[in-house]
Amino acid sequence: MTENILPRHQFEVSPENSHYSKKIVRSARIKETLIKSYFAAAGTAALIFIILIFIFLFKEGINAFNNIGLSDFIYGTRTMEDGTVKTVYEWYPTSENARYSLLPLLLGTLLTAIPATLISTVLGVAAGIYLSEIAHPKAKEFLKPVLELFAAIPTVVLGFIMLVIGATFFQDLLHPANRLNAFVASVGLTLVIIPVIASLTEDALRSIPMDLRNAAYGLGATKWQTISKVILPAAFSGVSASIILGFGRAIGETMIVLMASGNAANFTMEIFRSARTMTATIAAEMGEVSQGSDHYYALFFIGVVLFVITFFLNLIAEMIISKMRKKNTF
Amino acid sequence: MELGKKHKDINGFIFINLVRLMFAFLVGLLLLIIGIIAVNGYPVMSLDFLISSPANNMTEGGIGPAIFGTIAVTFFMVLLAVPLGVSAAIFLSEYAKESIYTKIIRTSINNLAGVPSIVFGLFGLGFFVLFIGKNLDEVLQTGLLFGQPALLWAAATLAVLVLPIVIVSTLEALNSVPKSHRDAAIGLGATKWQTIRDIVFPQAKPGILTGTILAISRGVGETAPILFLGCAFFLPNLPVADLCIGDYCIPMINPTEQFMYLAYHIFILSTQSANPTKTLPLQYGSTLVLILLTILLNITAIIFRYRFRKALGRN
Repeated sequence: MTENILPRHQFEVSPENSHYSKKIVRSARIKETLIKSYFAAAGTAALIFIILIFIFLFKEGINAFNNIGLSDFIYGTRTMEDGTVKTVYEWYPTSENARYSLLPLLLGTLLTAIPATLISTVLGVAAGIYLSEIAHPKAKEFLKPVLELFAAIPTVVLGFIMLVIGATFFQDLLHPANRLNAFVASVGLTLVIIPVIASLTEDALRSIPMDLRNAAYGLGATKWQTISKVILPAAFSGVSASIILGFGRAIGETMIVLMASGNAANFTMEIFRSARTMTATIAAEMGEVSQGSDHYYALFFIGVVLFVITFFLNLIAEMIISKMRKKNTF
Repeated sequence: MELGKKHKDINGFIFINLVRLMFAFLVGLLLLIIGIIAVNGYPVMSLDFLISSPANNMTEGGIGPAIFGTIAVTFFMVLLAVPLGVSAAIFLSEYAKESIYTKIIRTSINNLAGVPSIVFGLFGLGFFVLFIGKNLDEVLQTGLLFGQPALLWAAATLAVLVLPIVIVSTLEALNSVPKSHRDAAIGLGATKWQTIRDIVFPQAKPGILTGTILAISRGVGETAPILFLGCAFFLPNLPVADLCIGDYCIPMINPTEQFMYLAYHIFILSTQSANPTKTLPLQYGSTLVLILLTILLNITAIIFRYRFRKALGRN
């Protein structure tokens, strides 16, 4: 019966018909293969760019090795007024006897990034706990986007706020040695890192199976006991990954430290003195340096150092997270 | 019993409220920052401020060219980043089978998102300007046209920077299209490409749009990557050139020119101002425009995503 519904001749394969359909099939197959290879090429874009970034930073940065030398990136020598030669740790690339020690810059970076990460860990983890465990689901639906808005504020805006308001506030409060200092910059950095730590902590806490909470409650634990003794230890790896990523962001952030840290390359551990980070050095000096000079290559070398540090921090955090995902899927 | 339970929980009571307090502090801080900018920036806000040029050594006038430059760069950035990012996500979600290879690509995407923004600036200078630009000049015999910092290279660098955002949101959108829809299409005799084009892609469109909006918001707020990619302190003219076909000329954005950028404008005004007290209101005004722009973009994206997820939940 059904055979009558469709005209039979369409399904008959006559010699010329077969040739025709084969042609269609072949052209369709070629088209599909072409499309697939286009997508496959586009799919590697991220990988290619990561490799290109590394190659092109390294290509310029390697010249710094040839022209300046590794030891000069750690210490330099300066002839004092009385004729003695002293070993100094200075970043002074524009001087006649240029000195390229990266130590003050590295110290500046750590002096802003470490306090920022510590403060952000407390506030960010607390915010993550609040969103995942304490907030009412309806409140959460509204408050999570608020956190996203926090993360969306341009860093130049935060730098500006720290410059005109934050710095004055802390000057009146703490009377620091310099108005713009590492502490002011690190407070500015916390505003960037808190949303990072908070949202990743929330992810980590949410991925803990509900059974664990129910078991704790069943044993008579209170809400806080469940959070502090069961949930947080179970999510330890995820929370630490979020802190590592936050630290990576703090090291790589440019505009806030450029505007609020005072930008003096002091070789100091005092947090209330001006400091200069690696990122701010590139930002401040790249515009004025002549292409192909030692100074130019040295700035690219700083870029290589930054890239390598953040790359490994990201890699570690990602390994922890993917391990955590595997563990938590039952 | 009741008393005992309460007594046992006193630690919890303190800590839980401490956590609540810390969260309230963060929300308060966000509102305070936005409030300070709004209150100080509102007085200078006017249509004239938005469209006129800076005047009198940047101590007067508006931010018109900076807004124009921001829109121009963002336009090219979207043009470069969205097709590439969406295609990459389609490959990962529709074509590739899970393997070491896709794992490496996913790791690269995450790592690209974590590269410091200033490093993107160095990369843009080394790769786009000095490598691609210089070689283009040599091949096309254009002298020094492409081999210098310009709008196009700034947009290309920002495009690489926002690529992970586009890929991740597109992936999320593609993953939320039910597998049964794909199976149905394949079952009806559609090819893989027809399935993607006619079934999967239309459903994922709102998610892709969300990603695009988030990418724009990120690009608009970035300053560090474009510091040495053609961003100018002050330009008397807009980066516009007449594109002539025969006798008909239409003004077009010239991507080989330098440009002004809103975020960079704020940075310059607040750090290198000739007269800080006089420019402070302008700084607040520019900051208010930038922050309103990013907040509006983000709220749009949040609403879009919310409705997208809700619509998918209903299916």
